[in-house]
Amino acid sequence: MIALSDYLIFGAILFTISMAGIFLNRKNIIILLMSIELLLLAVNTNLVAFSHYLNDVTGQIFVFFILTVAAAEAAIGLAIIVLVFRNRKSINVDDLGSLKG
Amino acid sequence: MTFEQFIFYLLGAMAVISGLMVITVKNPVKAALWLVLAFISTAGVWIMAQAEFLGLVLILVYVGAVMVLFLFVVMMLDINLAQMKEGFTKYLPLGAIAAIATFAMMYMVLGPAHFGLEVTGNPVQHPADYSNTKAIAVPLYTTHAYAFVLAAVLLLVGIVAAIALTLRRRAPKEVLYQDINKQNRTSAKDRLTMVKMEAVVEKPVASKEEEGK
Repeated sequence: MIALSDYLIFGAILFTISMAGIFLNRKNIIILLMSIELLLLAVNTNLVAFSHYLNDVTGQIFVFFILTVAAAEAAIGLAIIVLVFRNRKSINVDDLGSLKG
Repeated sequence: MTFEQFIFYLLGAMAVISGLMVITVKNPVKAALWLVLAFISTAGVWIMAQAEFLGLVLILVYVGAVMVLFLFVVMMLDINLAQMKEGFTKYLPLGAIAAIATFAMMYMVLGPAHFGLEVTGNPVQHPADYSNTKAIAVPLYTTHAYAFVLAAVLLLVGIVAAIALTLRRRAPKEVLYQDINKQNRTSAKDRLTMVKMEAVVEKPVASKEEEGK
């Protein structure tokens, strides 16, 4: 039998990995977006595990909606990246400081 | 270790290793492919937690749609790989310390002391003919129907936003465009002019006999 803490620790490991990814890859917007996707996945794992142990399907419905929002977010984020690349020929985060005073 | 635990730890290790590869590989295409593996193994973990529908949706929607979109975008853009990895080693100690500290705090709360099997008890095991899809569908379409419609509207907004952002109007010199409004507004007056003019009466042609003279 798999304990609830196993699922939660698995989610915590994924969460910290993707958090470290945001720290390490601050030059690369695409890897940043991927890290955010992984972050949402870790959080969803917690919801699924609690839904399983509490025998309440509402947690899974929550995950369903979070997946919807994450898909829309990924689509719009990638559209913005394409737009930035088209205008500046680079997606390096350091080149995007034109709003800085 | 039971067979169930073995499968769980295998899938979990796969997900963690591919997650680590996502944040460390140099090439974004490879990172996207590792992320696909992370999603698939996490879907396996969800299926082990008896969330079969969501596990399959994760594979279909994320691996099938979102990650393909990612790969499209990554391959379309011309990325300077060397520039992208600048500062990786510089931020590595800070990132590692922050990650380990966060995980330590999470472990103190989520560890076996609070959420172990002795504390939570065994979860309900559903019989083989139990339909997880039906169990999700009934509350989704009744209790959460409003949120469901809102999610549909959100996806529509996503479509419109993505198209509106990336739609490109190029200079008229490069490409010829139709202006539908202008075309519809035209009337016969703009294209046809009526000219009043005198009727010209031709002189009667002279007979051949007169010509011959």
